[in-house]
Amino acid sequence: MAGQSDPQLSLFSAEEVEFIAEDEMVEIVPNLRMDALNFVCGDFGPFFPQLATQVPLWLAVALKKRGKCTIRPPQWMTVEKLTQVLEAERDSQRVFEQLPFHYVEISRLLFDHARDDIPDVYMVRSLIEDIRDVRFHKVETNLESLNERAFALKINNLSAMEVNIVRPFVGRALQAFYKHDSPDLIPDQDRVSDRRPQVANNATRRHLRR
Amino acid sequence: MASEAGEGSTAGMDDYETLISTTDVELLKKAWRNEKAAPEILRFETSLIQRIRGQIQLMEENIEEFAGSGIDPLTVSLYQMDLDRTQYLFRSYLRIRLQKIEKYMFHISKNPEVQSRLSEQEKGFARRCADDMERHLEESVLSKLPDNYQDTVKQSIISEESDMIPEPQLDSFVVCKSRRFLGPFQLDGSDELLEMKPDELCIIHYKSIRERVQEGDIDLV
Repeated sequence: MAGQSDPQLSLFSAEEVEFIAEDEMVEIVPNLRMDALNFVCGDFGPFFPQLATQVPLWLAVALKKRGKCTIRPPQWMTVEKLTQVLEAERDSQRVFEQLPFHYVEISRLLFDHARDDIPDVYMVRSLIEDIRDVRFHKVETNLESLNERAFALKINNLSAMEVNIVRPFVGRALQAFYKHDSPDLIPDQDRVSDRRPQVANNATRRHLRR
Repeated sequence: MASEAGEGSTAGMDDYETLISTTDVELLKKAWRNEKAAPEILRFETSLIQRIRGQIQLMEENIEEFAGSGIDPLTVSLYQMDLDRTQYLFRSYLRIRLQKIEKYMFHISKNPEVQSRLSEQEKGFARRCADDMERHLEESVLSKLPDNYQDTVKQSIISEESDMIPEPQLDSFVVCKSRRFLGPFQLDGSDELLEMKPDELCIIHYKSIRERVQEGDIDLV
């Protein structure tokens, strides 16, 4: 329709993915006394100095920006844990390690706003970047093996950002396979054999794609 | 997509849904994500939207009161942030639906089942949209074409069906997460069976899980 040809209509932007990640819970240690907050999105607090409590990331960042709390980095964000994850990621070609669905966004937000609360921040940061690179690379190589019609593809442990990046490509690739492999498109055996041999025979087609 | 939304669902069902998936904002976020990721327009979350609207209004009044009553400005600004986030979700949800309506207006106007998924206001919008578009095409192009090619939805007079209506591509693939264990179910148009464990992530043919998204078993992400 006129003016509405946007193919990305239903995709999430990076900002939107970050917005979703901001609702993940983190632990903070406030340094002020504040009554409980009864938000539309839930009740948090009351807050007492030096008493740790759970709040959504956006609230933690807002308080942190005003110097009202320290943020306790999540358990997976330690040098020890991340080193393990990185090694495991490197060891396996296919399997992805289990990390929080929003690990990219959470760590980004914490690096941006709470770097002084993260022990060994440089090390942690470079580890996360390495993990991200290894994983993206793995995603790319795994995509190369995508070569036939499939109705469902399990992508366990892929994170939100990773999903968001591969979605347009994988979605359309699978749709194309689906379309071209659809039996309705090959109604007439004669025509098929002389016009599109690669579709008529799965083995040949796969071979050609390698 | 928690509640069956709307007219069909009973109050008891709503309570249950609210209990298991915490807040309305959480439900709205789910509805928003589903709506953004689904190729077609989903059922309007009538009761949820009504509740959210009420809560937003209440919070607006509260914040106005706070500002007058000398409460700590920090607290007020935090309440404002929370409100802004909810409003963003709320508007974005409505907006994405309007975009879909604009995109598929002729499809909607020909299809009562799709219309039943819209809210009253959306139905009105869809109708006006289709009327305006029809009039516009009529005046600017169609009236100047040969008689055989003057229809808005048919390529020419010999077309038996309306073959110029953009329709949602149900054949597209979406990314989804199951909320609970889903026993082996058949995928649309194939012999394959698929099993999904809770929280398992999957890229899947939308048509195959369409009903399950509406029923709330599967979330799109």
